[in-house]
Amino acid sequence: MSWLTPQVTAIIIAMLQALAVLLGAVLLGAVLTVVERRLLGLWQDRYGPNRVGPFGSLQLIADMLKIFFKEDWIPPFADRTLFVLAPAIAMASLLLSFIVIPITPNLYVADLHIGLLFFLAMAGINVYAVLFGGWSSGNKYALIGAMRASAQTLSYEVFMGLALMGVVAITGSFNMRDIVNAQEGFWFVIPQFFGFCTFLIAGIAVTHRHPFDQPEAEQELADGYHIEYSSMKFGMFFIGEYVGMVLISALIVTLFFGGWHGPWLPPIVWFALKTGFFLMLFILLRASLPRPRYDRVMSFGWKVCLPLTLINLLITGAVILLVAPE
Amino acid sequence: MEVAFYLSGLVAVLATLGVITNTNPVHALLYLVVSLIAVALVFFSLGAPFAAALEVIVYAGAIMVLFVFVVMMLNLGEAVVAQERAWLKPRTWLGPAVLAAVLLLTLIAALWRGDIGLVISGETLTAKAVGTTLFGPWLLIVELAAMLLLAALVTASHVGRLAAPDKPPMHQETGARKEVR
Repeated sequence: MSWLTPQVTAIIIAMLQALAVLLGAVLLGAVLTVVERRLLGLWQDRYGPNRVGPFGSLQLIADMLKIFFKEDWIPPFADRTLFVLAPAIAMASLLLSFIVIPITPNLYVADLHIGLLFFLAMAGINVYAVLFGGWSSGNKYALIGAMRASAQTLSYEVFMGLALMGVVAITGSFNMRDIVNAQEGFWFVIPQFFGFCTFLIAGIAVTHRHPFDQPEAEQELADGYHIEYSSMKFGMFFIGEYVGMVLISALIVTLFFGGWHGPWLPPIVWFALKTGFFLMLFILLRASLPRPRYDRVMSFGWKVCLPLTLINLLITGAVILLVAPE
Repeated sequence: MEVAFYLSGLVAVLATLGVITNTNPVHALLYLVVSLIAVALVFFSLGAPFAAALEVIVYAGAIMVLFVFVVMMLNLGEAVVAQERAWLKPRTWLGPAVLAAVLLLTLIAALWRGDIGLVISGETLTAKAVGTTLFGPWLLIVELAAMLLLAALVTASHVGRLAAPDKPPMHQETGARKEVR
């Protein structure tokens, strides 16, 4: 075993960790599709999917079999290149964001200096998935859905970045590990409560989750930008939405709720518990809130959330300057 | 890291060529996005990760999205592809290409001599010198220009407002429409 030098071992461990994070994110996204339907059933006082296996636990396998064996249909009027590219962008940009999230002190993929900016960059790239998907479908409902999605995402990304700058200002670093380590004593949700609120709202809007699912509003747009997609291409958009949910939950935990920090339990359990809590919150929001009108969504973003984040940033800066030692 | 630099530089050049030669506007914009990401990678390999991240966030993530947005709204069809193809004929691009080649030769010659700061007469005006002049003796002009631009913005926003609809006054706010009295 002469080739198994410490360097090679370190590379293998890093690759295995990256693979574990990747598979974990995708599998969690897939499992959530079923968990969400069961929980929606519970909260809306009806049965969810409960026929396949004990308590409907094998529903996921049935869904996957169905989605794999459907015909992979590309409409003749579609722009083939972009039509195929769009689901790949949707999935890849979200999965790439996971590399900056430190799950435990030892389980992480990359320790980037610009961790937070990397996430924002990937969120920016993610808009193209919806835009290209909607446009290349050659369908007016898809196009309207894509227009709504990109306008909504652009508006909410503006203050999504600004909401995080309070955390960055307190920590003095874009590095996610530094941010988590700075929350050893108290979680950032306390000094940055408004930052947390606006980031949560922006996160829901950017992943197009209910109540911000304007792009796919079934009643008006018959499913929006992925109306022409079928089989695994639709599956990529569908799972991608849940992967985005996992990503935003994990980011909220990392940035505002102390990441892996917590008493008694090992770090990974704390991280999983906190992330799970926010995933449940996402689903509960979908179960309980109606969808607002589109212009209301836009004016809420620009007229309420943006000023709120700016004021929050201003006060955070003032407090940091007041408290800082000379 | 040197390999990454040259590879992403090559991708940037090829993607930019793609922007020019592609006849479909949306595909051309996709090439431009790829080109911008490649330039971000060049920054990254040069040891400027912050600039790289901003390049992706600002250019690829925000400005290009608006470009794509507008091009999609224009609903350009086969006619535009035909027009683009016509513009790519040698007769059309020969003149600009010759002029650009002369400029390229001048640039290469200047780089070859190694003295970038060489000018016909006087000294080189750096960005810092321009800034101190603009915000020093000419501050009033800059402020006046800013106010003019703001006035233009307000005017555009006023002119662009939609007229009130022929409907009874609503109690709710209605997007960008004027308030009904």
